[in-house]
Amino acid sequence: MTTRIDARFADLAKEGRSALVTFLMAGDPDPATSLNIIKALPKAGADIIEIGMPFTDPMADGPSIQAAGLRALKGGMTLRKTLEMVRGFRKEDDSTPLVLMGYYNPIYIYGVDKFLTDAKVAGVDGLIIVDLPPEEDDELCIPALKAGLNFIRLATPTTDDKRLPAVLANTSGFVYYVSITGITGAAAADSKAVGDAVARIKRHTKLPVCVGFGIRTPQAARAIAEKANGAVVGTALVDALRDSLDTQGRATTKTVAAVADLVGSLAQGVRGAKQAAE
Amino acid sequence: MNPRLPNSFRSGPDERGHFGNFGGRFVAETLMPLILDLEKAYAVAKADPAFHAEMNGYLKDYVGRPSPLYLAERLTEHLGGAKIYLKREELNHTGSHKVNNVLGQIMVARRMGKKRIIAETGAGQHGVATATLCARFGLECVVYMGAVDVARQAPNVFRMEMLGAKVVPVQSGTRTLKDAMNEALRDWVTNVHNTFYCIGTVAGPHPYPMMVRDFQSVIGEETRKQMQEAEGRLPDSLIACIGGGSNAMGLFHPFLDDPSVEIFGVEAAGHGLTQLHAASIAGGRPGVLHGNRTYLLMDDDGQIQDAHSISAGLDYPGIGPEHSWLHETGRVTYLSATDDEALAAFMLLSRLEGIPPALESAHAIAKVAELAPKRSKDHLMVVNLSGRGDKDIPQITEILKGRKQ
Ligand SMILES: Cc1ncc(COP(=O)(O)O)c(C=O)c1O
Repeated sequence: MTTRIDARFADLAKEGRSALVTFLMAGDPDPATSLNIIKALPKAGADIIEIGMPFTDPMADGPSIQAAGLRALKGGMTLRKTLEMVRGFRKEDDSTPLVLMGYYNPIYIYGVDKFLTDAKVAGVDGLIIVDLPPEEDDELCIPALKAGLNFIRLATPTTDDKRLPAVLANTSGFVYYVSITGITGAAAADSKAVGDAVARIKRHTKLPVCVGFGIRTPQAARAIAEKANGAVVGTALVDALRDSLDTQGRATTKTVAAVADLVGSLAQGVRGAKQAAE
Repeated sequence: MNPRLPNSFRSGPDERGHFGNFGGRFVAETLMPLILDLEKAYAVAKADPAFHAEMNGYLKDYVGRPSPLYLAERLTEHLGGAKIYLKREELNHTGSHKVNNVLGQIMVARRMGKKRIIAETGAGQHGVATATLCARFGLECVVYMGAVDVARQAPNVFRMEMLGAKVVPVQSGTRTLKDAMNEALRDWVTNVHNTFYCIGTVAGPHPYPMMVRDFQSVIGEETRKQMQEAEGRLPDSLIACIGGGSNAMGLFHPFLDDPSVEIFGVEAAGHGLTQLHAASIAGGRPGVLHGNRTYLLMDDDGQIQDAHSISAGLDYPGIGPEHSWLHETGRVTYLSATDDEALAAFMLLSRLEGIPPALESAHAIAKVAELAPKRSKDHLMVVNLSGRGDKDIPQITEILKGRKQ
């Protein structure tokens, strides 16, 4: 099975560059604006799009992404509407990979089988579920793989060589290396440490390795793109979105552009990387 | 769901931390290696007689165990039915059952070489117990507490600070216990290398629900022996309040395989089950939060709902996974008591026995007042007096003042 994710990395390999992976919260600050933002991302230079599924209790997220989730929920976002948004995006774009990222409970309540069917039909390519380690693969990972979706796992600095094979066993699409022990929006790791970690993971897998957490600027994105197959930026985009809102937290005419502009400069950073990772 | 009845109710969890369909290890990858380490370290400690000898020494001379099993004569007379015994956990050093678990976990943390301890707290009792033992063993201590709870349990905040702990008021979400737990998990993910997370109840990822239960089971084990000495037989019923469910599990677990013993857990019904409350079994359904699958209060989209209880220690939208299983198997009956019922029970026990209970424990007393009159005079009923009410006196004074106006 090849998914849009596999196809995208194959294309990037031909181009000889790494991917810019962007994260934004579905429905932030309202469903319509959020769809417009997502639609603007590919043109601005995003290679892979991660969409957060809002959850009240995001244990691995810092204040920015927590607040984005709460804005979305306040705006009436639900998992059903997130899938609707994916369908809206797919009407215009059939090639940019879309990955849903979040926590297990909303999926569990939606119903795992129904969710996988609906997600596949909507045009979702992969899932990143923060609170499902390999020890709980029976819950969603195995059914997702059977349904033809990629299940992208997080590897972290605490995932040692002994544990890596277990983490990688059912991973597909790419490996998401969390460069720090910490929550989203925390300080960045230095690129030397990231390079060593990516090399370590690559000794265990042929999958592309993307690196995230703490990447905020085009320079940082570029430095990471020189070490890994992709740089993931989330909190910086969510912050740019937030800064464009009015005092009531509503979207303004600047909101879509604020995000797209930052994506544009991050994309330049990634494209300026000296040497993409093997 | 109709789960097959097990041969024993005391054999769980399985090696993956499941009690039937509940429990598990739903945590971020960063924490997973540490949770596996903890599981190993705890298994080694549990099998080591030296660990138990050391723990029993502290339980006796530092905590002050065994806690008495006290016949509440005037309460019994007043209610006119079952003979009521109070298991006096409120007499423990630090004023509640929480210290039993904290002692155990701190000893495991020491074995693992961890120097920094974090905890979440609702009523502040778990925070106080953690701050106390960190002082005793010279460990750094950070306690996360919802900002709402910081305000309503002020005496415990002063106490933790006096003991040298850093108390961090949590401003996110509903600013109560669930958010304190989120924030503690965020700290843990960040400081995983040197930090031990001392969870205050029988919740969280495996092995916590099992480990906390084991450390609290001293309550039920003592009760068994003390009742044998007092009455020459087993009790007929057990009652305890439930936040996450640790004082209840500690009392219940040693009796789960004695079918003659009726067991009741009491959740917080807040303003009433059709309004804001904290009764996860009565008003929730199975979902996944804070590392385990269990009954939770949530909406149709799987978003966690705000809990409400007058008592900070019960103000949590979930319950330990083993309780969810005991509910589905029918072994334990889960009831609930409202804020008003708990307040009335607080006054009742204060006036009749001279023992102001913690507002948490008052929920259990409220159901004793309901059940005892319906039982015969030879029925032996044990209620877990999980904590003392001193911490609640400012809050209750405010409420009573408000009612007079
Ligand atoms: C005195 C007392 N009882 C009960 C509880 C509820 O916790 P659990 O259900 O884990 O016993 C608390 C929690 O803060 C408490 O302080």
